[in-house]
Amino acid sequence: MTAADLIQAVRGRFPDAVIGSHDYRGDATVIIHSPPLLEVARTLKQDPAFRMNFLMDLTAVDYSAFGKKPDRAFFASSGVPVRPPPQIPDPEPWPGPPSPARFALVYHFFSSLRKHRIRMEVPVEEQEAELDSLTSLWPGADWLEREVWDMFGIRFRGHGNLKRILMYEEFSGHPLRKDYPVNKRQPLLGPVN
Amino acid sequence: MHAQAGFLTSRIEEAIGWARKYSIFQYPFVTACCGMEYMATACSHYDVDRFGAGLPRFSPRQADVLFVVGTISHKMAPILKRIYDQMAEPKWVVSFGVCTCTGGFYDNYATVMGIDTIMPVDVYIPGCPPRPEYVLDGLVKLQAKIQKQHTTGERPAPEPRPECTT
Repeated sequence: MTAADLIQAVRGRFPDAVIGSHDYRGDATVIIHSPPLLEVARTLKQDPAFRMNFLMDLTAVDYSAFGKKPDRAFFASSGVPVRPPPQIPDPEPWPGPPSPARFALVYHFFSSLRKHRIRMEVPVEEQEAELDSLTSLWPGADWLEREVWDMFGIRFRGHGNLKRILMYEEFSGHPLRKDYPVNKRQPLLGPVN
Repeated sequence: MHAQAGFLTSRIEEAIGWARKYSIFQYPFVTACCGMEYMATACSHYDVDRFGAGLPRFSPRQADVLFVVGTISHKMAPILKRIYDQMAEPKWVVSFGVCTCTGGFYDNYATVMGIDTIMPVDVYIPGCPPRPEYVLDGLVKLQAKIQKQHTTGERPAPEPRPECTT
């Protein structure tokens, strides 16, 4: 299916769960509520129309600093523009963050049978910061969800082995959250540097 | 009838230093891209064997010099420290590449900002990565240091830092 067809199909199946969609740069993206996440994922995997048998990626984005000026003390400008200058027209601008929520989980699915792919974004507020685990559908989600827990502090219901994967057990905090100080060190050995 | 016996005089410390500096058994602790340059130095073009350091030992108990090659994260630091502790005296440490010297361009939650925060370092070879000529220069400096080291294990005082004139 093409990107527009995929979006239309997901919208048709779950008219209440989908809160937004776009096909920016030709990539089908649906934004869904978190409560029916497991149901949507199961349909994407098992329904003959989708057959998404490959979870390509599962990660998160912290939008809490999005659109704000970086702290000059930490991030001096490198001089490289972060967006094209206004002289270059952009007929298809980036649609922006999926929602005002702080985090967004991003799932990339691919069907090796149907040869199509879809991106699913799930906004997560900081207070709840808990989602259903997809390990029951794609065992490969195990390490990816552990990484999201390690880096962003988002928990997954029904994971079974949700512990840090990249950082050490003694590490406190979640370093890819935007409020983690960029110069903070938690060394296991030696002085704080 | 007997042959005239030849004899050689030397000071025992100099003889030991000479023997040590030309029989460096190195332990390469390679974690990152600097390893490529380390291999280039070790192979036939630059041939680190000319300096008597051609045999890497992959057991710290058989090694004299610990080459720390590549970025060290805080999670890796206890392992590196254990390797260092397992080496028998006398032992030396070479910090290979700018990441091991100072942390390099990494300024984040994960990277050790220079391995000298966790162990003594004898020779720093900065560069990202250092060219093989730098590595050989550092090796020769290390040999000079080994030559000067006394048999008691006492280390000579470090060279004074140049005055900053800005």
